[in-house]
Amino acid sequence: MGPRRGARRVSHPIWEVFRQERRGQPFEHAGSVVAPDADFAETWAREQYGRRGESVALWLVPRDAIRDVEDWADEFDLKYRRVDGYSIKARLKEARERAGTARAG
Amino acid sequence: MNEQALLGLADDELVLGWRDSEWTGIAPLLEEDVAFSSIAQNEIGHARAVYELLVGTEGDADALAFDRRPEEYRCAPLVELRLLEWAHTIARRWLYEVADEIRITAFKDDSDRAVAGLAAKIDREEAYHRMHAEMWHERLREEPRFRAAVEELWPYALGVLPAELRAELVERVGLADAEPVERGTHTDELAPLWEEMTMVRRSAPAGAQW
Repeated sequence: MGPRRGARRVSHPIWEVFRQERRGQPFEHAGSVVAPDADFAETWAREQYGRRGESVALWLVPRDAIRDVEDWADEFDLKYRRVDGYSIKARLKEARERAGTARAG
Repeated sequence: MNEQALLGLADDELVLGWRDSEWTGIAPLLEEDVAFSSIAQNEIGHARAVYELLVGTEGDADALAFDRRPEEYRCAPLVELRLLEWAHTIARRWLYEVADEIRITAFKDDSDRAVAGLAAKIDREEAYHRMHAEMWHERLREEPRFRAAVEELWPYALGVLPAELRAELVERVGLADAEPVERGTHTDELAPLWEEMTMVRRSAPAGAQW
């Protein structure tokens, strides 16, 4: 009997792995490992995300510790609150026309 | 340079790397599969570095690695065993890493600077292997299947080290001294492994192109 079939059914927590490529840079999500505890998670994450020089540091976070926020009510189209949601171009043109300083073309 | 001892180290790493890579794709957990395969590959890398040191810059490391007859290999019987059963595999990995650390530590003090330097370089990577092995050992040490496997492989583990380094292994593993399965003898499992390991080399003596 092969050793893996039964063993692979064991369900372990998922650890989200964040890696820092260089000191001072933000940690970015790299992927995840499935591991029974933090020590296994560390060893496996080191192998997969760390020790070929691709990271200087890792964060391991149990997925359960992450608060998931994904419901967004945007009923009134308030996207102008975002810098990229507010187009100034058209309004600028109108303002210039009102002031009689519209550029030719 | 203690060439026989270095050849023993290189052959151990090559053969164990080969054996452990037999788990690639079928290890008990996906993450372990990646880690175990990576460690196996490192061991073969260490073997290559030691063969290269032994043959010198003009020599052919592949020839040293693959052109010997099975009986000429200097690997310890421990690494030859085909153990496709996880308790035994991980017991061997742990025993090997404990023994290997003792051996590498001794090589780091070698009067030959090239040997000491390479040993230090190997040791820095072995630190990860030890972390991996210790992790499994911590997890499984009370498991009857694991303990039985450690006890079964113990005489083989003693054979990895020369007599003068065995006392430390006995102390660290915590089992009673036993009659070692000595290096220089081979198990029946080496010959089929040798067939497989040297197949490409023998079929293309001028060198295979990939």
